Amino acid sequence: MRFTKDHEWVVLEGDVATIGITAYAAEQLGDVVFVETPDVGKTVKAGDGLAVVESVKAASDVYAPISGEVVEANTELGDAPETVNATPESGGWFAKLKIADKGQYDALMDRDAYETYLGTL
Amino acid sequence: MTDEALKTTPLAAAHVAAGARMVPFAGYSMPVQYKDGVLKEHLWTREHAGLFDVSHMGQARLRGVSPLSAFEEITPGDFIGLKPGKQRYSVLLNKKGGVIDDLMAARPDDDGLFVVVNGACKDNDFKVIDNELAGQVTIERLENRALLAIQGPEAAAVIGRHLPAAQRMVFMDSRAMPGFGTNILISRSGYTGEDGYEISVPAHLAEAIWNLLLEDERVRPIGLGARDSLRLEAGLPLYGHDVDETVSPIEADLAFAVSVKRREARDFPGAARIAKELADGPSRKRVGLRVLEGAPAREGAEIADGAGAVVGVITSGGFSPSLGYPIAMGFVPPALAALGTPLKVIVRGKPQAAEVVRMPFVPHRYVRKI
Repeated sequence: MRFTKDHEWVVLEGDVATIGITAYAAEQLGDVVFVETPDVGKTVKAGDGLAVVESVKAASDVYAPISGEVVEANTELGDAPETVNATPESGGWFAKLKIADKGQYDALMDRDAYETYLGTL
Repeated sequence: MTDEALKTTPLAAAHVAAGARMVPFAGYSMPVQYKDGVLKEHLWTREHAGLFDVSHMGQARLRGVSPLSAFEEITPGDFIGLKPGKQRYSVLLNKKGGVIDDLMAARPDDDGLFVVVNGACKDNDFKVIDNELAGQVTIERLENRALLAIQGPEAAAVIGRHLPAAQRMVFMDSRAMPGFGTNILISRSGYTGEDGYEISVPAHLAEAIWNLLLEDERVRPIGLGARDSLRLEAGLPLYGHDVDETVSPIEADLAFAVSVKRREARDFPGAARIAKELADGPSRKRVGLRVLEGAPAREGAEIADGAGAVVGVITSGGFSPSLGYPIAMGFVPPALAALGTPLKVIVRGKPQAAEVVRMPFVPHRYVRKI
């Protein structure tokens, strides 16, 4: 699993990257009441908005850590947005991207680097 | 905002100790939420009792030969008819009938008028009052007092343990009374739609009183996040968002704040506009919306009619924890303000179905008689 400074995580299996937000991000957001996932077939560049999570108080963008094409979205979050709080780093994933450039994945932080980064916040 | 340092309330240390997340609000560092988070804090207040620090709000005494009649020069309320022991909601009006701020004004005792105004507006409000009522009233800002609110169905039972006399008050009663080892000003009112009290206490005793109230297991501290979602469900406007200097009380669906007596006398700022709006209807009206699909529609989201034409804007909105769906307030033309009118709200470019619904979204539970 790799991480971004915006608190997204990525798991890569072959050329498919699964993306979600970290436990830290979920804790900061508070109770998630709505999730907007991307349409399958949409192409995104690294840094583009990929999903939107909303708490009672505010809407927050989730950015694509890697460029790619959306091949699957976690539509179950529509009925169960609280999954993002319950299991942010597994069942609370937002989308799977078919990626072209594995180098973008390799450039992300590993768990140790992310934990170190959290310590600076 | 300027970059001057944030002010703190007398409860700042207590908030941090309770695990609050502090944010800038109205020039103060204020708790937006505690460890429970907005959703649980909201529901706790609806089921039990929530304790709020609202010490950022502006408290003052207006004194003079006849402060009640003087106050009528800048508000549309019947203050000459305000009986001792009662509190009234009102609005400060500019010359065009726009709302400078909304406020509570009360007669807890014989010491003039006790007013509480919004924190973000207080400096300007007291300047306006001072300018408009120069020679008629003197203003004493009560900056050495904190303001606590306790709200929810168990608030009266909690307060009754400390202040038995407060249980005999009804909604919008205001009293000066001994309590918590000092002299307090207390009203049975609030900003959540629930029963409850707002209590003005000396700043140096605020933390001890706050902690004493929290010893009761029915009471939890509640941050500004839940305060906002609670007042939204209660259909109560938030100044600076749902109401501002361009908005009249009629447009804002606050016609109840324009007393019948004063409507006839037309003797308040902007009376011509307000009389015309009362007679002919305003050009826009604040309504409640239920968002029927998709994401919550928040402040700034456009409202469109069935044909897709933009007809208004959302001024407050979010997810309703009590109802489990998104709700909002916004302004639309009166022709589209009827209950049940189908509308669209535009969220991130996508039109979503919405419908005009009655406010409050969640019924008020004020105790009007005992």
